[in-house]
Amino acid sequence: MMEKSRRSFLRVAGIAAIGLGVSPAMNFASSDSNGAAVAVKGKNEQALIAKRWGMVIDTSKLNKEINEKMIEACHKAHNVPDFNHEVDKGKYPKTRPVNHKQEIKWIWEEHFPYAFPDKEDEFLAEKFHDLPFLVTCNHCKNAPCVQACPTKATFKREDGIVIMDFHRCIGCRFCMAACPYGSRSFNFRDPRPFIAETNPDFPTRSKGVVEKCNLCAERLSKGELPHCVEASEGAIVVGDLENPESEVRVILKEQYAIRRNEALGTEPSVYYIM
Amino acid sequence: MNKNMIITGLIIFVLAVLSPFWFNIITTIEAAPKPELLGNAKEEKKCVLEKYDMRANHPSLLDEWRDSVVRDSDRQYKAANGHTFEMSLSTGKNSCLGCHEDKAKFCDSCHTYASVDPYCWECHTNPKEIK
Ligand code: SF4
Ligand code: SF4
Repeated sequence: MMEKSRRSFLRVAGIAAIGLGVSPAMNFASSDSNGAAVAVKGKNEQALIAKRWGMVIDTSKLNKEINEKMIEACHKAHNVPDFNHEVDKGKYPKTRPVNHKQEIKWIWEEHFPYAFPDKEDEFLAEKFHDLPFLVTCNHCKNAPCVQACPTKATFKREDGIVIMDFHRCIGCRFCMAACPYGSRSFNFRDPRPFIAETNPDFPTRSKGVVEKCNLCAERLSKGELPHCVEASEGAIVVGDLENPESEVRVILKEQYAIRRNEALGTEPSVYYIM
Repeated sequence: MNKNMIITGLIIFVLAVLSPFWFNIITTIEAAPKPELLGNAKEEKKCVLEKYDMRANHPSLLDEWRDSVVRDSDRQYKAANGHTFEMSLSTGKNSCLGCHEDKAKFCDSCHTYASVDPYCWECHTNPKEIK
């Protein structure tokens, strides 16, 4: 009697175990076969695409005024804090005094000897020496910041843009140490009190993450050109470096252009026409 | 003597172990607030997922969306119900907040009840809060 019931118990248990094992497969098969629509993700129709995005900056068209316009367009649109901004004490009563060394910038003016330290020389044409160059992230083909990031928060997109997933950044700043161009800034504090007018179309950042130029990925995806390009009055052109017919390639074929610190082998994607 | 000690000990133990239940019996439980559908959301009546699926899985959906937008630069989501959405929490008309206009009554009421404190809003902005 005892033995019989144990046997039947084992049998039932065995069948039940098989059933459990099979059920996920059954579920999968049934969800597949009933033809229910599945969600699809895709790009906007108007999105601008390239194999490798690059930028050409015509230095002869740069001047203080245009530079400032471009910087403002970029920083305003991306909610980049300006630590000279007067904090609204009512809204942010506990704001500490500012340390101006902790500045945050995506695109900024730099003098030639700093932008091109390897090309500095005592007889350098005065024109270049005094020209305020415009520098930003070079979206390097061989980007050291990407290799340094331990969380893959900084990574290279298929189209060559070096971009950040701010959600994943743990603020270790390895990328800042790795970038030879100083293209990255760290949020030492909550940036919000220092944003004069928050643009609702782009998030802000939080304390403890790194940020830098994203080549206006959010605009390219809508078929629009980057903010700096729009404000540049023709000084900046972006396009596909891998496409010989693209505007950037046509310009590069005809004019002499240099990149910042080429000897490092980072292969910057930002070219400067001299 | 010994026996009595053990039995009292056991009773105290059982009472203590079941204390969450006693606590629940003497306190009243507030029902979970219903997220309110206002404005656009009320008119549209079509969300990304079914209501119950959404309730259970919106955090993982957002996670998936984030990866898709940032990593693959895919920003359009054609849902199983045929509607197309912008994979964005807070930017534009076709984003989550674009439709669910009142964050306080849609997101916050439930999150507060469940005492979860997602840090989305440290970076993402509620367009309504920007003057
Ligand atoms: S310029 Fe710096 S931040 Fe930009 S891709 Fe190159 S190494 Fe990275
Ligand atoms: S600071 Fe952030 S982005 Fe930079 S390496 Fe660390 S985790 Fe990556």
